[in-house]
Amino acid sequence: MKLEPKAEAMLAGEMGAARMWAVEHQLQVGRMFDASDMVEVSQAHMMADPESMGEAGVALIEGFAALPEADRRVAIPMITDPRGVDLNYYDPLGQTEDMANLERRFIAACRSLGIMMTNTCINYQTIMSPVRGDHVAYGDTGVVIYSNSICGARSNFEGGPSALAAGLTGYTPRYGLHLEENRRATRRYVVEEQPRGLTDWGVLGAVVGRRAGSYWEVPVIEGIETVPTSDQAKHMGAAMASYGSTPLFHIVGITPECAAIEDVDGEGLRGEKITKDDLDEFRGGFGASGEEVDVVVFAAPQLSLVEMGEVAALCRGRRRHDDTAFLVCTPAGVYADAKSTGFVDAIEDFGGRVLQGTCFYQQYAREIGEANGWTRLLSNSAKIVNILGGYGYKPALASMEDCVASAEAGRIV
Amino acid sequence: MVKVLRCHVGIGPRVEGEAMVANDNFSARYDLDRNRGVFSRPEHALAGQSYVDKILVLNTAKGGVATAWMLYEMMSRGIAPKALLLNSANSILAQGAALANMTLCDRFDAGDVTQLIATADRVRVDPEAGEVTMLDAN
Repeated sequence: MKLEPKAEAMLAGEMGAARMWAVEHQLQVGRMFDASDMVEVSQAHMMADPESMGEAGVALIEGFAALPEADRRVAIPMITDPRGVDLNYYDPLGQTEDMANLERRFIAACRSLGIMMTNTCINYQTIMSPVRGDHVAYGDTGVVIYSNSICGARSNFEGGPSALAAGLTGYTPRYGLHLEENRRATRRYVVEEQPRGLTDWGVLGAVVGRRAGSYWEVPVIEGIETVPTSDQAKHMGAAMASYGSTPLFHIVGITPECAAIEDVDGEGLRGEKITKDDLDEFRGGFGASGEEVDVVVFAAPQLSLVEMGEVAALCRGRRRHDDTAFLVCTPAGVYADAKSTGFVDAIEDFGGRVLQGTCFYQQYAREIGEANGWTRLLSNSAKIVNILGGYGYKPALASMEDCVASAEAGRIV
Repeated sequence: MVKVLRCHVGIGPRVEGEAMVANDNFSARYDLDRNRGVFSRPEHALAGQSYVDKILVLNTAKGGVATAWMLYEMMSRGIAPKALLLNSANSILAQGAALANMTLCDRFDAGDVTQLIATADRVRVDPEAGEVTMLDAN
């Protein structure tokens, strides 16, 4: 892989041990995907919750944080994905002091590197949306698929270590979605049933993702008659990325790289129908009508201010069942706005709790489930119900309205 | 005659071990109980089985980015697979393998790797050469 002189200097150790590690890491990844060179990136976004990183991952970052300032500071604006512990509210969730301390150590190390602790997986809604053609190094699959598909930016899934490497060097290996030829459609889907609410968009994304089924497939979708809101596109993308490991999709006439199907070379592909039955079959896998529900969760992705307002409106004048916990995850910036607009108070009056800067499935989900005796979980996120089966939950899916009504009833309506 | 499977150049050290094969996909977040070292997702073809020190042979990567940290975290505790052989890795598995120094190879010339190798086969993986050698073949 060809390196710029600056990256060569980093590799030679002339700009410190952290940048040398970073280029070595990028060379290994680039070689596996036949990258010919590196591409400059304008931002990095790092997924790094303590459950995933463990002691080893946090110690790695602390090692970099102990370097001289010139050797440790990131080279480009770099932000973070949700934390695993809300340090204002962890004991009541059953999280331990050890978990909180690992989080505290990680936050201190990141600050020392000059990383901005935004703790969000909706940075494209809340921090700075990338621009079409903008090469970035984003973690969180939901962030990547939205940025590629809706914004027209260029990013691979950059896991925490690679996002950090990009932050330290300002480059990432040029492979995958940084190359135009990998952004063309490879699978074509024709939607027969129009999605309406957030969960419908998530279900559609999940069905497409499950069918496409690979990082290297690019779905193009026809038949969508309405332009989705940012929140709807967010749920669609997050679910597609979760079920298919899919980093990019196009919607004909809606997403920026696909005014017409010919723009993504999709006209010769065989169209596969997505019918009402396909969507209902998916929903049927996560139905549990009438069952008692232990915890209702709004997360994955974190809620925008608009979603916070929608949940708050549904909560007003009602009260959750004593045996059903009710959790809402949003970034600290949105929390501040949701507090001033009265949304947080409405959710708390309902008996819910708004967690700041976390996302439920990244919060030691297995441990908090065991500590609270939570098994049956209900959410409006098609993404989170996919993830949590492996964490010992019995997840169920319902619309936002039905989630709130189920929390009130104590059983799934 | 020793049977050698050709694949793309991979990541990590040369290793030998026992294969565990399934026509299913892989995510450390979605599929594993990393404390116990077993596949925990009930729907996974390897549900309930220990992956520790196995050469896992699966179809492709699924899910999110957490696996990039998790492979490193699993290796640090010694409760990890010895290698991953896939039809198609994604960026996250490559990044995770690079950080963890875990052996990873994909894209096999002879076709579906989950059909080419069987559970309990002993294999040697050489990612630098892009070769997997079947040690039991005769």
